[in-house]
Amino acid sequence: MNFLDLLYLIPLFPLAGFAVNGLFGKRLGPGFVNAVGCGSALLAFVFSCLAVLQLVEQEEPFHTNTVFTWLDAGSALTADGLLAEFSINWAFYLDPLSAVMVLFVTGIGFLIHVYSIGYMAGEDGYYRFFAYLNLFMFSMLTLILGSNYLMMFIGWEGVGLCSYLLIGYYIARQSAGDAAKKAFVANRVGDWGLSIGVMLIFFTFGTLEFTGVRAALADGVESGAFVAGDAVFLAIGIALFIGACGKSAQIPLYVWLPDAMEGPTPVSALIHAATMVTAGVYMLARSNFLYQMSPEAMMVVAVVGAATALLAATIALVQNDIKKVLAYSTVSQLGYMVLAVGVGAFATGIFHVFTHALFKALLFLGAGSVIHAMHHEQDMRKMGGLKDKIPVTFWTMAIGTVAIAGIPPLAGFFSKDEILYLTLTGGHPVLYAVGLFVAGLTAFYMFRMLFMTFFGESRADPDVHPHESPRVMTVPLIILAVGSITAGWIGLPAWTPDFIAAENHFEHFLEPVFEFETAGGAAAESAAVEEDHTLEEVLLALLSVAVAGIGILTAFTMYYRASDRPRRLAERWKTAYALLANKYYVDEIYDTVWVNGVKAAGTGLWRVDARVVDGGVNGSARLTVESALGSRWWDRWIVDGAVRFIGGFVDTLSWPVRLIQTGHAQNYALLMVLGVLILIGYVLW
Amino acid sequence: MDLNNVPILSIVTFLPLAGAIVLMMFSSENKGLIRLWANLVAAAGFLVSVPLFFAFDYENSAAMQFRETLSWIPSLGVRYSVGIDGISLLLVLLTTLLGAIAVLSSWESIQHRAKEYYVFMLMLQTGMLGVFVSLDFFMFYVFWEVMLVPMYFLIGVWGGPRKLYAAIKFFLYTLVGSVLLLLGILALYFQYPAIAAAAPEIAAQFGLERTFDILAFQEMGPFLNPDLQWWIFLAFFVGFAIKVPMFPFHTWLPDAHVEAPTAGSVILAGVLLKMGTYGFVRFSLPILPDATVEFVPFMIALAIIAIIYGALVAMMQKDMKSLVAYSSVSHMGFVMLGMFALNPNGLNGSLLQQINHGISTGALFLIVGIIYDRRHTREIAEFGGLSSIMPKYAVIFAIMTMSSIGLPLLNGFMGEFPILMGALQENIWWAVAGASGIVLGAAYMLWLYQRTMFGKIDNPKNEGLPDLNAREMATLIPLVILAFWIGIYPAPFFRALDGPVDRLVEIVREDYFEANPIEAELTPPAAVAAAGEAE
Repeated sequence: MNFLDLLYLIPLFPLAGFAVNGLFGKRLGPGFVNAVGCGSALLAFVFSCLAVLQLVEQEEPFHTNTVFTWLDAGSALTADGLLAEFSINWAFYLDPLSAVMVLFVTGIGFLIHVYSIGYMAGEDGYYRFFAYLNLFMFSMLTLILGSNYLMMFIGWEGVGLCSYLLIGYYIARQSAGDAAKKAFVANRVGDWGLSIGVMLIFFTFGTLEFTGVRAALADGVESGAFVAGDAVFLAIGIALFIGACGKSAQIPLYVWLPDAMEGPTPVSALIHAATMVTAGVYMLARSNFLYQMSPEAMMVVAVVGAATALLAATIALVQNDIKKVLAYSTVSQLGYMVLAVGVGAFATGIFHVFTHALFKALLFLGAGSVIHAMHHEQDMRKMGGLKDKIPVTFWTMAIGTVAIAGIPPLAGFFSKDEILYLTLTGGHPVLYAVGLFVAGLTAFYMFRMLFMTFFGESRADPDVHPHESPRVMTVPLIILAVGSITAGWIGLPAWTPDFIAAENHFEHFLEPVFEFETAGGAAAESAAVEEDHTLEEVLLALLSVAVAGIGILTAFTMYYRASDRPRRLAERWKTAYALLANKYYVDEIYDTVWVNGVKAAGTGLWRVDARVVDGGVNGSARLTVESALGSRWWDRWIVDGAVRFIGGFVDTLSWPVRLIQTGHAQNYALLMVLGVLILIGYVLW
Repeated sequence: MDLNNVPILSIVTFLPLAGAIVLMMFSSENKGLIRLWANLVAAAGFLVSVPLFFAFDYENSAAMQFRETLSWIPSLGVRYSVGIDGISLLLVLLTTLLGAIAVLSSWESIQHRAKEYYVFMLMLQTGMLGVFVSLDFFMFYVFWEVMLVPMYFLIGVWGGPRKLYAAIKFFLYTLVGSVLLLLGILALYFQYPAIAAAAPEIAAQFGLERTFDILAFQEMGPFLNPDLQWWIFLAFFVGFAIKVPMFPFHTWLPDAHVEAPTAGSVILAGVLLKMGTYGFVRFSLPILPDATVEFVPFMIALAIIAIIYGALVAMMQKDMKSLVAYSSVSHMGFVMLGMFALNPNGLNGSLLQQINHGISTGALFLIVGIIYDRRHTREIAEFGGLSSIMPKYAVIFAIMTMSSIGLPLLNGFMGEFPILMGALQENIWWAVAGASGIVLGAAYMLWLYQRTMFGKIDNPKNEGLPDLNAREMATLIPLVILAFWIGIYPAPFFRALDGPVDRLVEIVREDYFEANPIEAELTPPAAVAAAGEAE
């Protein structure tokens, strides 16, 4: 069987799972729901593996699987005045980049489905949860496998919807509803940018297919029609990046992600740590050829990434909710990935996406296991001493913590260190310093979490009796822990002795996706690669391990045993502590400026509607009525008045005349005689 | 299917009227029979229109099909002339479908003067269909006016507390527009001999001395003197802009919607507003192309104002119906934005979006009506947590909310995206401003949804509200299916619109299609790889 032509099945399995569970899940019970939900995710994983295996055997690791023409809205003039057809195929595209994404999304996705069987047992609307989870898988796979920007956009919006539905899963909670809405609207702001970017791409290249855009760009570069640094590439780069800021929680749109922890913990692991939030990084990496045309846009991306990494890491230092620590840590790690893309280390960014997916999913699922054990307690101040009570959870989480802290040979070290190294060699010493500092902070807050949760005396309520989670939850933890240890080894740095690895397999695999010659840039790049940097690289690696070590040591001295050092420190640096504990008041500022601003504008315009526009309408109605009354008055007093006046006038004038019109014959005779006499008198005169 | 020998459009148009006339003979005591009959007639009205969809020749979707022409008032050149192209095809089908749904939705809520109600509903149906099928200005105007009367009574008799204010406001507003529209039509009519003289060879095709023939004007309109075009455009503009409604002629809409009975709102939003947009594409654009181009900045400005203004005002509404009404203002702003981008993407999106708006907003009014039937209030603050007791209702409401905010794979996106594409091709800032409407759209719709559906039931009056019954499901399911159909596979709809749209663009911008087509797509690496593998 040619699995590459069955790519469309990969998202279709979970879609079918969604339909079946959504329609019949309630009636058929949890056993059925589990089978359909997990089964469809597993099928997607198996088919992904088979397809990727066939892909790597091909000479050229690219494959497009077109299903049908989806949207055909007529011709359009492009920026060059050429006529293009706005015709979009429902098509899937597998290349090394989507291969990496699809493998870990389906793999980790499947594990989290399994884990949810244990975690969600007995929850209301169990079938609904699995249906949404499947719908998410469908959307995410469409996002990754779509062969053009519009397909990606469908998946992009779809995962946003599922995120909304799953954050708001505990529907009765006001905070869940608020968080869900906040996530959707913040993402919509990003989508606004993304959709503008997508349209600009079509307007510039006349196509939205990734391969087509790339080919058109390469042609344009060759013919000189496109030059690196053109304004259009800056515009596209910034517009797409606004989208990435929404989905991948970067400044200024990151605020939704910490709130998204309102959702059930498996959701936090799957959507808000491992997969969906990396969609922005994926999209940036997918658009690498466009970014390579705009150094300015790259610079913006890199700076925002580094700033986000720093901001989120500082907030994470003082959080007490175990999921909030992990949430800010996710934002911070996403910052690293975005930084990688910004300095042009696309493959390394994706490498970190991959390793992070493993250890962060592990950490979240571990946190879920802790919360499960603690009867839904999330506050680390009420934990402590759990090490021996839930040993599997402890050991796996410890592995995840070491991995994220950047200690070799665990996964996080290789990807993060590569990013830092390439940031420095890319000519960004300041960003490197920020990244290095954040590495120290990361080690600190992660070990703080580990110590507060698992070490020291128990601070839990006496009636809470922690118990290890069922195997259906711990087995996924163990698998992910193994992954967190080993995943880095597929991308060993250049300084690794050749007998271990002759090259960085991961980056070599991704190379075809990111080779793009922007004319001029390429030559300098290859020159840089030629030189031997082994010594520097090893020294820098040692430096980052040392920084992480300092972070761990600090956490150890402050949190390993109960002490009042953290409290004293917080009191001494009151303002700084308050600033961090309140997350720099960003939520409050956004509320005041944006939410209230928009509401005030709405209210104001509504008043305009009622007073000005309707005022005009009602005014003209009033005017009509008034003028009708006026005409009545005019009619009565002027028109009729004139008539009556003439009547009266004639009447008045006529009274002397009337006096003589008595109707008595003798009067007339008398008058006649008088008249005759006067006449005679006159003649005789 | 061969419908050439059947006066299918006359049947579709006048069937509801015939049904209404029969209905008048019923005893008003027998309410069961009355509503049964009305439903049968409305359903039959939809069923007879369905063959149009299959018999329509999509290859020639720009041409008027199913034509019927009879002399009516020969001394004035008035004819009975009907026909539809791809644009009116979709509108006719939307009208017959929404008509049947609206009648069905009144099953329980209308008890008072049921006979008169259904007579008016059916008359309204004929009036609306007549507008969309007329190819003669005189006839068009007759239907345009006829339709006002039943709507006036529907609001004025079966409406809410301020029904008289709303009814009169609606009537007068539209009447003002109609008068100007009539002036425009008469101006064209009296100019005809002059333009016929200017373009004798085209006039010869029609062979008329005086005419109200819309097709003749479409052919010859461009020969009108530009100054005159400008004035006629302005007259038409007022007539159609009030119907759309465009800012600042929109304030009749929230009042009319809030006061109208549910079915009235569905028809009002679903069909009546489309007469404005239909008027623009059928008359203003093709007959007055020079003036159209001149008015573009003005129209686009009003469209963008409507998108943002409508959305902001919708956000702060306390009544569910007026929220949906203001959202209509915003959505119709999108329709106008796409239309006056005057390119194929914009127009295609715009024409599809007016259908989408009929589906989504129609469904949203039904959804609000259903809850109003149960609680006799539409105050958002009265509700909360309904999803726990009305799960089916919650699901359909969610789907329609998503459709309204333009989520891909639902219909709204299929309109919005091409519209914004079209806008961007003309001026990137139009798209940037227009697209902000989708952010605001998400905000107000999700806020509405959260306040009514999420949370706990905290109002004791809402406890024990029944979920959707079979009849209510029957009114909503067709719209849900359509929403998904258009969202997932819009090709049949775009196929109907593509021809008329290209023709419109050719009339308004003569050299648009003369640009060089983009070079054939370069062979993507994938194809090379596949070829290599095949060997």
